Formats: sequence, structure tokens, C-alpha cells
Amino acid sequence: MYPTDYKYSQEHEWVALAGQTATIGITDYAQHALGDVVFVELPKPGAKFSAGQTLGTVESVKAVSEIYCPVSLEVTEVNAALANAPEKINQDPHGAAWLVKGHATNPAELSKLMDAAAYQAFIAEKEKEAQA
Amino acid sequence: MAHPMSKATRHVSINEGLIFEKSAPGKRGMELPPLDVPSVDAAQALGREFSREAVEGFPEVSEIEVIRHFTRLSTWNYAIDLGMYPLGSCTMKYNPRVNEFVARLEGLATEHPLQPAELSQGCLRILRVLERFLLELTGMDAITLQPCAGAQGEYAGIAMIHAYLASRGNPRKKVLVPDSAHGTNPATAVTAGYQVLNIRSDSTGRIDLSHLAEYVSDDVAALMVTNPNTLGIFEQDIARAAELLHARGALLYMDGANMNALAGVARPGDFGVDVMHMNLHKTFSTPHGGGGPGAGPVAVKKPLEPFLPLPVLAEKPDGTLAWDSNRPQSIGRLRAFYGNFGVLVRALAYALAYGPGMIEATRDAVLNANYIRKKLEDVYDLPYAQPCMHEVVFSDARQKKHGVSTMDIAKRLIDYGFHPYTTAFPLIVPGALMIEPTESESRQELDLFVEAMRSIAAEAAETPELVKTAPHSARIGRLDEVGAARKPILRWTP
Amino acid sequence: MRYLPKSDAERRAILAELGLDSMDQLFASIPEACRLKRPLEVPGPLSEKEIIDYFRARAAENAAGYTSFLGAGVYNHLRSVVADALIQRGEFLTSYTPYQAEISQGTLQAIFEFQTLMCQLTGQEVANASMYDGSTATAEAAMMAVRLTGRRRLVVSRALHPEYRQVVDTYADHLGLEVAEVPFDAATGQTDLAAARAALNDATAAVVLQSPNFLGVLEAVPHFSELAHGPGALLVVAVAEAVALGAVRPPAEADIVAMEAQSLGLAPSFGGPFAGVIATREKFVRQMPGRLAGQTTDGAGRRGFVLTLATREQHIRREKATSNICTNQALCALAVTMHLALLGKEGLREMAAQNLAKARYAVAEFERLPGVRRAFSAPFFNEAALEFPRSVRMINQELLREKIIGPLPLGPFFPEQTKRGLLCVTEVHSRQDVDRLVAATRRALESLGAGARVAVSSPTER
Repeated sequence: MYPTDYKYSQEHEWVALAGQTATIGITDYAQHALGDVVFVELPKPGAKFSAGQTLGTVESVKAVSEIYCPVSLEVTEVNAALANAPEKINQDPHGAAWLVKGHATNPAELSKLMDAAAYQAFIAEKEKEAQA
Repeated sequence: MAHPMSKATRHVSINEGLIFEKSAPGKRGMELPPLDVPSVDAAQALGREFSREAVEGFPEVSEIEVIRHFTRLSTWNYAIDLGMYPLGSCTMKYNPRVNEFVARLEGLATEHPLQPAELSQGCLRILRVLERFLLELTGMDAITLQPCAGAQGEYAGIAMIHAYLASRGNPRKKVLVPDSAHGTNPATAVTAGYQVLNIRSDSTGRIDLSHLAEYVSDDVAALMVTNPNTLGIFEQDIARAAELLHARGALLYMDGANMNALAGVARPGDFGVDVMHMNLHKTFSTPHGGGGPGAGPVAVKKPLEPFLPLPVLAEKPDGTLAWDSNRPQSIGRLRAFYGNFGVLVRALAYALAYGPGMIEATRDAVLNANYIRKKLEDVYDLPYAQPCMHEVVFSDARQKKHGVSTMDIAKRLIDYGFHPYTTAFPLIVPGALMIEPTESESRQELDLFVEAMRSIAAEAAETPELVKTAPHSARIGRLDEVGAARKPILRWTP
Repeated sequence: MRYLPKSDAERRAILAELGLDSMDQLFASIPEACRLKRPLEVPGPLSEKEIIDYFRARAAENAAGYTSFLGAGVYNHLRSVVADALIQRGEFLTSYTPYQAEISQGTLQAIFEFQTLMCQLTGQEVANASMYDGSTATAEAAMMAVRLTGRRRLVVSRALHPEYRQVVDTYADHLGLEVAEVPFDAATGQTDLAAARAALNDATAAVVLQSPNFLGVLEAVPHFSELAHGPGALLVVAVAEAVALGAVRPPAEADIVAMEAQSLGLAPSFGGPFAGVIATREKFVRQMPGRLAGQTTDGAGRRGFVLTLATREQHIRREKATSNICTNQALCALAVTMHLALLGKEGLREMAAQNLAKARYAVAEFERLPGVRRAFSAPFFNEAALEFPRSVRMINQELLREKIIGPLPLGPFFPEQTKRGLLCVTEVHSRQDVDRLVAATRRALESLGAGARVAVSSPTER
């Protein structure tokens, strides 16, 4: 379910690094918690973010969630398909519904993120807390 | 097993399209008296660049079609005139018809706000008497009737606190809000430039005083409370909370949404409140009308009087009333003219109907809520054992075991002939059912409500699917809100 | 008490079920020190007749029996008793905000119709389900432009309604925004385009105009639109007299329109309740405050309506909320919808045409008085500033003796506009009303010309 070559943040974003290009999205856990996505607000190419900054929002009918940039980034590409089809985030959050691509300005930050196994353990813990 | 459903029966409901779908060129619903001066050609009078032929797409229908259109539409609505709305903190009480009558009187409905003050003494006297009534009710010193709604009143209140503290050298940076607060409270504080800190509620559902004591500092401008709080529970330590705040130069703001539990019984000004707003469309019976208009007066203690919004109603030496705009410390004007005068007329009519007897309404409101609590506490989970006032909060904990949520129960209540209660609020109670009957409910209506809620509780256990897919008897089923938000269609197009 | 559906016996029975002896025990959780220990010292209780008598007495202390020629943001227009009858139906009057769509389709469909009518009127793509009034709609529209552009400066015409301007200033002041004012041309009465160009810069979020403006004249909206867009600012146009849109080209080139709908079926009611509207381009909809009704379907494919795009609102967005607003003016907007359905396309056109005709008749008659002329040359709808050879305040004092409320003196708002008053004539004024006004003014001028008289009291307290 969670691609092993991705890294994951505590705010439920994923990063895939290919060379210096980072692709960012939100995880399946996040889309499930949100419910049906109705709108995505994304930055413009050229925008710069440091790790932890809000780079956009994802909206369901009753809630808005911020998207936190997991690694410092200069945005080069934004997923235009989401404008007309935000439901892609629910359907394929780890693949076709990537949010932004960009130039990772500090790749070392990746080491602070979780790998797939650690993330799965993290969300399992969260589910246990929710039932308690 | 079928459970009793005494209040409601299915009925033929007439369909009706959009007014534009009934339009045909040449039909008219209203005719004007003939022109008695020379007519003028618009294009000539205004010039081609400024003139317009007619509004494209505007409907053309006859008078009877307009009557049928809106009458049919009205039959699709639930309303107080049909029965109880158990919505928490909304205070859906009876809207007296004499209020409608007096608001429409020639000499009140017809008055222009900019006409000479000497020809407006009747209007100004109405406002003055209402101001006095509300000040006596709340135990405060000065008031503005200008804000159009609770949210606007809250904004005015926090803006006045900001201005007052700024005038003393430091507007401060933080506002404290209980975790049980309504969403407008933190939103207002942030709009006014403050940072919001949440104060925990303790196990009794009240503000945790020790947590408050920890957070109060010279950097805190105010605590915003609702009293009784959103659980319907009176904040017994509120006077002590006020002391803690005042000792550090901070103020106590009260959201007056729940005044229906206090009118004639306790006055916020007497237990330490410095600024408060009221919702006249709640406590004072002015009609909700499908979502407004309302009025949100803000009352303050003397030190904040200089900061009231413009203009302020003042009495001149000769006893006449006039507007005073010479107020250099005012937070400014919040809206043109004087506020929702027509709503204020209705509020005064309500106030005069009761007079000092308003306390009887308060008593019945609290009686009704406690009656419902007693009749339902064996079938619905009651998260807080504290006595409640005018509203009671249950949770869906027992029904959740069968997969039925508060939203489902609320939707099923529609089939029983009631409007849903407030679901999923306050946030500190997961799966909340927030119920406020108000004093306007007879024993019969309360018993019908209790019967409906008990039936639904049984259905939740026996036939949960029936509840989860409700409502079944409304004109329309649950609507696709996701589609409406993804691809908004916000107007008719031909 | 007639509003309380309980007998004392029923109360006692319920108390017994609760294990209580008295109503007072219901308040045991309130500490003694917090309790009010005396009855409220307030007037009442009054029976229905006494309430009516009370308000009739107050009504008699106002201006009933006077003929008013005031406009300035609140307009006297014909209204139908049909709309008033419909608006008093309990299912409209006493219903709640339509959060539970299944049992609020009446309200929701009517809001959808209102939104459509407002778009048609203003020439914009989307409109909301109403704001408090035109003044707050204007301020909210300016704030919307600030959010959309990320800039913090407003360029505002001096010809914007002074009270609207005060509200904009209040919001701007609290948010730390800069407001630059642009003068109007002394000859035409229109906002000075060259001065606006000079005032605009890269930090400007919006240019704010009103059309027809406070002086009654029409503004050249397309020119200002082009001007504002140059450095990337938006154009906000306020409309205080909505009936004008029945004959005047709508501000379609504006980015945001902030309109007061009072003229379209709402009584003057001493200033409220009214119904403000924000109308804008579809691309800005997610930054637009206020409720929105959207069309959708239920599980069986039936068309229905719901409140939508709620995530703009304060209870979800908090500090990113498009505004603090919760309530709208639903019943007022509904009354407007009913009124427009009755008037219809031809009715509104005819009403606007009557306004044009009557106002021009009045101006022509006034200009036959010695020393009286229209003060500004640009086209007007139903309001015009007239210049008089004597103080307008003193003329109005004389007019009051004949139960006429004359033109609004402009001096208190614009110090250089002395001896000028704003005259508003609508379809409600008969030819005789206008003739009487002009004749009374002639008499007033004659008596004032025949020797100065000291004013004993100021008619308008400003």
C-alpha cells in the first residue's frame, strides 16, 4: 500500500526523490480521513517553501486541511489535472494525484522523514489512540 | 417492530420548478400607475454608453403564478409554526405575530434614516426604551444596537476590548477561549488580530479554573465565555474567573447566545462580565426567516463606553433624542445608518409583552430542557452529570455500537415530523446531540419529541439501516454535497 | 402568559416528575451571589392591543404624513402587498437557516433564484445569498480584493456614500490597510479618472467606486476597470440604488459588485434590515464571503439545492475564513426575490423609466426657479444634486412647515458643496407632489430672500 521508495511526514505527506526532483503528495491515510475531496489549492511554479511551511490546502465538504511541505522545495510543476478532478486524490493519492514537483533545495532533510514501515507503524498507533 | 410515530404522516407535496422555468414573454405580475409626467427615452437621457434595454433573463410571470410558486416552495420547509426545533443554542422560540404587525406600521416601516431628528423621535424612543430594557436585563452600563448579528456584535465587542486596552498602553496579544466554545468566538478573536489559546473544560464540563489561572497573564486581553456554556451548564466559578482576569488587567467577554437561561434570573454584569453581545433573533423572538436578518447588540461596562461604535444614541438637555457622532475614541462605524431597526422593533414588542414576567419564560425554558433530559437519559448517553439549564447535551455513544451516529438519528427525526437537533457540537462531546426546546413547547409537543427520540433509539438497536439511510419521508433524500462543492452550480442558466 | 403553552398544573406535574418542588429549584446550580434577587425593573407586561397602541403612538411621533424627497442610500419605491402576504407565511418567516437541506428546499430554491436574479441584474457570474447591507458588502468586497491580490492598499472614490466609506475605513483601520482617496470632478460629479490613475500603484488591491454615486451621477465603469487592471488591481463597484440597473448598463466590467438590494422591495424602515449582495466572477467564488446555495441531486436523481462551499466560512476556516459573517439577511433576500418575480423584466424596466422621467421633470421644474440649477453635468438616474441661492438647511425648514422633507444638504458631507442638496424623485412621487415641492421651494426662496432669518433649530442632526 505505501510505496517503499517514498518517505513520509508526520503530517501525512509523502515525498519521492528522483535525482534532485522531489514529487510530493498526501497519503492514503490522509485522503481517507478527509473524505471526498472537493477542491485543492496549490502554489504556482516558482514558489519556494521551506520544510514545514504550508504550501496549499485540500478541502472536503466540511473540512480544510493544510498541506505542509515535507522538504524545502522550489516548485517547478503543479498537477493541473486536480483542478477539474480533485477526486483523483481519493482514487490514487500515491500516484496520479501527486500535488507538486520541484527542486529539492536541501535533500538532507529527507533523512528526518519516515520510511514506509515506520509510517505504517505511526498510523497504526494513531488508529489505536482514536479507538481509546 | 414498528415504533410509534404520532406527530407526522405522509402527505402529497406539490412540485414546483424555478421561477425562470415558468417565464413567458409578456406576462406581468405587477402593474404601475401610469406615468403622469412626460416620458423620457433612456438611451437619450443617459447616453448609449450608460443605458440598458432590459434585464436579460429576468422572469416574466403573472401574479397568480408568483403566489403559487412561493406558496408551494414554502410548503417544503419545516418551521417553528409547524413544531419544535430542538436546535441547541439557537433558541427557536415562537415568533409573535404582533411583532410583525407593529414593524409594518405606517410611521415606522416608512421612515428614512436621514430624515430630521425632530421627525424621528418615535423611532429614537423605541431604540432608547429597548436599550434600557437590555441594560436592565444584563446589568451592564452602555449599549449599541447597531450590529446586525451575533458575529458582528462579537467583532464589535472584541474590537472595543482592543481599543480600550490600547488606550491604556497595550492592546495585548492573546485571547483565551474554552474548548467548548462556538466557532465564531476564536474566528472573531483572530479577525481582530489576537492569538487564540484554548482553555480546557474539566470533568464537570466547566472551565478548568486552574488551567485558566495558568494562562492569565499581562499578555492576555480577554477570556471569551458563553454562560451557561455550550453544554447547557452554568459556569459556577465565573465570578472567580472574572477576578483572576481583572487582577491582571484583562477583561471578561460573554457570548450571550444562551441568555434564554438567564433572563430575569441572573445578570452577566453582576457576575463580572465587562462586554457581552446578545442575539435578539434567539432570546428576543425576532424571526429567523430562513437565516436572518438578526441583531446582535453589544453591552459594556462604563470604562468601555467611549469605544462604542458610531453613532451613539444620546439624550439632549431638552429631553429629545439624537445621534452623537462626536466620539473620538469610537471603534468606528460598523454599518450604514443605525442597525436593523425593523428587527429591533420586533424585539421591543416581545420585551413589552413580557415585561418583568420574562422570568417566567426563562423558567419554562429550563423546565422543558430538564424534562427532556429526564425522559431520555435512560436511552441516550449523558456525558455530564451536572444539572443543565435551558439545553441538554447527549452523545450517540450507545447508538454507535450499532453503527448509528448522531447525524443518522437527526435525519431519522425528520421522518417523525421534527427538525433535527444540533449534531456534532460542542466538539468536546464526540457524537453530540445538543437539544434546546425553549419555553415555547407545550407538554404535548415535548412528549411527541420524547416519543420520537425513544423510537429512534429502539430502531438504532433493531433496524440500524433504517436510521442510517434516513430520511425516508421528505420530498428529497440526502443530497450530493460533494458534487455541489466540486462543480458548483450557483445560478440558473437558460 | 399567551406565549407560554403550559398551565400551572402541568408545570407542577413536570416538576414532580423531576423530583422538584418549585420552579426556583431549577436554578439551584447558579450560585446565590450570581442571582438577581428582585424583579426586573422594566415596562410591561402589555396585551396585544396595548403593544399596538404603544407602537402607533411612537409612529405618530415620526414623519407620517410628510412627503420625502430623500435618497442617499435608502429609496422609496413601490412594493406589492402580494410579496408582503407571501413573506409572512410561517414556513418562510419562522424557519431556520437551511442546514438540513431535506426540509429546507423552499428556502434553498428561493436563495438559488435570488442568486440568479442578482447575477442577471449586475452582469456578474456568481452572487451570494446576501450580506447585511450595501455598506458592509462594500467593505467585505474590498477585503476580498485584498485577499485575492495579496496587497494592502485601497483607492476609494470620494463620491462613495459617506457612511459606506466610514464602514470601509473601520475595517481597513482594524486591519492596518492604507486607504487613499480620489476626488470627484467638480463639474461632472464623476470620480476623477486622472486622479485615480495617479493614486494607483503596485500596492493597490482595489479601486472602489459607487455607481450611481452619492451625488447621483453615473460612473464610467469600463474606464476604471481598465485603469485598475493595469497595475494588477481589482475594481469594486458599489450600487446603492438597485432600481437604476433597470435602465442603466450594469457594472459587468467590475471584478466585484457590492450592491444594496433595499430598493427592490424592502421598506426604508429607518435604515434596516436591508440586504447586501456581493456578485463577482466565477474564478473568485472561493474568496467570496456569505452563504451560497448550489444545485445538486439526491440519490434518486431528483434536483435539489444545498448550502455549498461552506469551507469559506468562519466555523471551518477560522483565521483563513473569508469573513466573520455567519447570518445573512435571508428573509429580506426572499422578499426581494418575490418582488422581482412580480415586477419582472418589463416591470423593472418600466419602473426605472418612470424614475428617469419623474426625476428629469423635477429637475427641469426646479431649474425654472431663479438661481437654481443642477450642480453636476454627468448623467444621473433618479437623484441629482441641485444648487440653490440660499442655504438648503433653511429652505428645508420652510418646506417642513408644509410637511415636505426636502433635498439632503450636501455641505455636512462635503464642505465645499455648500448651498447644494441631493434631490431624489422616484415612481412613488406624483406630478402634484413634485409641483408642490417646487412651489414650496419658490415660496421659501422668496421669504428667505426678503431678509435673512436666523435658523431656530437644525433640521438634521449630523
